[in-house]
Amino acid sequence: MSASRYDAIVIGAGHSGLVAAAYLARAGLRTLVLERRPVVGGAAVTEEVFPGFRFSVFSYVVSLLRPEIIRELDLPRHGLRILPLESTFTPLENGDYLVTWADPDETRREVYRHSPRDADALPLFDRLMQQMALAVKPILDMVPPDPTSLAPSDVAGMLRLGKHFRSLGPERFHALYRLLTMSAADFLDEWFEFDPLKATKSASGIIGSFLGPRSPGSAYVLLHHYMGEIDGAFRAWGFQQGGTGAVSEAIASAARAFGAEIRTSAPVARVLVRDGRAYGVALESGDEFEARVVVSGLDPRRTFTELVDPKELPDDLIEAVRRYRFRGSSGKVNLALDGLPDFTCLPGPGPHLRGAISISPSVEYLERAYDDAKYGEFSRSPYMDIVIPSLIDPTMAPTGKHVMSIFVQYAPYHVNGGWTDEKREAFGDAVIDTLSRFAPNLKSLILHRQVLTPADIERITGLSEGSIFQGELALQQLFFLRPAPAWAKYSTPIRGYWQCGSGTHPGGGIMGASGRLAARRILASWG
Amino acid sequence: MAMAAVTPLHPRTAPLVRAGTWRRWAGFVVASGYDPHPDREYAAIRSAAALIDISPLYKYRIAGPDAVRLLDRVVTRDVTRCRVDQALYTTWCDGAGKVIDDGMVSRLDDTTFLLTGTTPSLRWLSMNAVGLDVALEDRSAATATLALQGPLSRAVLERVAEDDVASLRYFRLMHTKLAGIPAIVSRTGYTRDLGYELWVDAERAVALWDALMAAGTPDGITPAGIWALDTARIEAGHIMADVDYHSAHLALIESRKSSPFELGLGWTVSPDKGPFNGRRALEAEREARPRWRLVGLEVNRESVERLFAEHGLPPRMPAVPWREGRPVYRLGRQVGYATSGCWSPLLQQAIALAHVRAPYHEPGTRLTVEWTVEHRRRQARARVVPLPFFDPERKRA
Ligand SMILES: Cc1cc2nc3c(=O)[nH]c(=O)nc-3n(C[C@H](O)[C@H](O)[C@H](O)COP(=O)(O)OP(=O)(O)OC[C@H]3O[C@@H](n4cnc5c(N)ncnc54)[C@H](O)[C@@H]3O)c2cc1C
Repeated sequence: MSASRYDAIVIGAGHSGLVAAAYLARAGLRTLVLERRPVVGGAAVTEEVFPGFRFSVFSYVVSLLRPEIIRELDLPRHGLRILPLESTFTPLENGDYLVTWADPDETRREVYRHSPRDADALPLFDRLMQQMALAVKPILDMVPPDPTSLAPSDVAGMLRLGKHFRSLGPERFHALYRLLTMSAADFLDEWFEFDPLKATKSASGIIGSFLGPRSPGSAYVLLHHYMGEIDGAFRAWGFQQGGTGAVSEAIASAARAFGAEIRTSAPVARVLVRDGRAYGVALESGDEFEARVVVSGLDPRRTFTELVDPKELPDDLIEAVRRYRFRGSSGKVNLALDGLPDFTCLPGPGPHLRGAISISPSVEYLERAYDDAKYGEFSRSPYMDIVIPSLIDPTMAPTGKHVMSIFVQYAPYHVNGGWTDEKREAFGDAVIDTLSRFAPNLKSLILHRQVLTPADIERITGLSEGSIFQGELALQQLFFLRPAPAWAKYSTPIRGYWQCGSGTHPGGGIMGASGRLAARRILASWG
Repeated sequence: MAMAAVTPLHPRTAPLVRAGTWRRWAGFVVASGYDPHPDREYAAIRSAAALIDISPLYKYRIAGPDAVRLLDRVVTRDVTRCRVDQALYTTWCDGAGKVIDDGMVSRLDDTTFLLTGTTPSLRWLSMNAVGLDVALEDRSAATATLALQGPLSRAVLERVAEDDVASLRYFRLMHTKLAGIPAIVSRTGYTRDLGYELWVDAERAVALWDALMAAGTPDGITPAGIWALDTARIEAGHIMADVDYHSAHLALIESRKSSPFELGLGWTVSPDKGPFNGRRALEAEREARPRWRLVGLEVNRESVERLFAEHGLPPRMPAVPWREGRPVYRLGRQVGYATSGCWSPLLQQAIALAHVRAPYHEPGTRLTVEWTVEHRRRQARARVVPLPFFDPERKRA
């Protein structure tokens, strides 16, 4: 048994762990990253699932990645290349369609066709969401203060927060409050009348949550998805060239350039703890590595109940982690296609195929999809967010062929009878059948298909219950409550043991913020 | 993704654009200029007759027993006093008294009005129309609008009009036929010159253009683009939404919003009308002195010449009007910003519209405005002058 000494060990080479490792290495710490899988990236990986067809297997579009991380880690030099994803195309069941384009004039004309009033409302709504995102942005970049603590840094943090909210003025503060508490559909009802527009917008409010568009709390998730649009890093959502795995690779490359060591196919069995202090990790292989700090990039369930013995931790924390909601509700279908789908409502290979394709024809459609899930079934007619990256980035598929990424909701983790191979295929069939209603040539194009249920997502990435954000973005588990009260500042009750994954503030998506903030806290405590 | 929207006059205007000088305005592609350089088009506005396609303006028809009530609630001027066949220039504000848009209210008959503006207003009108007996109709696409402006515009119009347009007074309108085409003619414009605006069904717009061009040839009628119009409207001291101010509905931050008083449009806020949007805030502001004010700046020609002379260059004035913001200083400290400006061929002077902080907005105040010469940001001397720069008698005659 060999024991090598490091300053810091990061468990898990998800993008959050990689960001944390890069910052620690940048500060001069001898840093080791240990990843269970043969590839880095976690839920942000590119894999050649079928020969010649490369997929962003899980996450597929990028927007939230913090601009300061891009800058500080010099990611463009390490391969970060964001390609435009400019439109959203919603085919409707009556044979019509809705498209929103990058250009406001074009979008106005298209929305006007359906509702002149909504065409007027759209820029006003966008303005409000921008204002709200601006209001929340400072919170993303701050270590959450503990409101119950009297420590000077917490009191100062709460004061700063109070001052910030007062500076918003009553109008914006009230709007923010409504966003935090309302359902996406109710919030959108106040703005729009054209149902497919409301449905398509409300869809960002249900992604990654076990919520329907009419469930309170979904409006906040909507706002979370607007967050990337205000910093001007890449206008809105985009494709990474080479798939989202290339984002992870870029961060890994930056980390290595700062001196970090990254080992793949190196699953960690447990964190070594002595006298309430972490001093290293043991791999499943039996190898041990020692370090002054150990950082978990895994979700809170694994961080607190699998990597360490829960007996080392206070009961209330274990109880909070037990209550912490994962409730994975999303699946993914990746298709290798022989050509492009032809939508009945907007035939031909137009620019509408180069953006997102949203199967969200009405709010009721989404709510019904949720109803199935509520009672333990996958949606027979699910919500889908579809992209065809090979149209923008031809390196993803052989010439003339395409890859299609279909993000699907709802596929509940706790499906009746559990996920079996038959159920997975039935779920895949439901997805294809539904999409074929809008693009009848789809079935004839399919060369291969990969269907991923939340159980598969959990098995492959380690995300508990397949929860894409390492736990839902629900108010009761955000900010100073993420993942648990009093433990939202990246430290844990075990000295030298830290957390940095999306299960910590400010939460999920390819954002990197938690990794950066965790590294900042670790470095501040480094004496 | 459709091609960019074009106005109903596109078949006539497009072949005239000689150097690809197009721009977008309110979602439409329109000509900045037909000639590569706008001087001749501008000259037509001030000395002959110019024909300008202003169809991108938003136009709403408001009809019904409560039409007066709706408009009176929305705009700052007193619509109850607007007579049939009269037009009012006005602003409209949000609840905090900040300007959403400016434009024209025209009374077509007892219960029918036309509202024209530069931002979409259907939603705002319908929100204000709750409980009122009115019908709102967006006429923007169905109606083309032509501005016929210039000292000879009346002569041109008389040749084609079925009725006595010569008797039409300033800010009055009439329904008539022009070369047999039904149209509304209003004695209004954006140039502060003698001029008319003509509303016509989109399908008849090309025919009207042809008739006017034919009838106006002896008077030197000239199609003019937005550059020429912009020069004329700056001389006229007319502001433009999105250029000289931000609509309160779209401003991301408070400091981008303006009240009518700050825009020099306090006169459009009726002191004695009934309740309307923003009234309370505006009444309070009327008592106080506005902190900002839109003023005219006359740029000192010698000081610009000196900036060029330092480099051994002859002075050059901008060939087309500019719209990018420029800081305005008083003794080295920024006290405002200019939002649009041009070389005024009429005044032989560089002029600009600027927002200036109190107390530096008093006429006669000496300020400086940023002027980039040979890649260096310099300052030219300027003097605050009352707006408009230019106000000929013939406009009202
Ligand atoms: C299907 C799907 C679609 C998504 N779509 C998008 C999208 O389009 N855009 C977006 O912004 N976000 C999307 N997300 C969310 C986003 O991908 C995740 O929130 C984010 O990638 C999580 O990153 P992380 O580093 O915090 O955690 P993870 O990516 O979960 O990283 C954890 C890492 O730890 C490793 N690990 C686990 N156990 C061990 C162990 N014992 N020892 C060593 N290593 C271990 C895992 O293999 C993994 O690499 C999607 C997620 C999913 C699942």
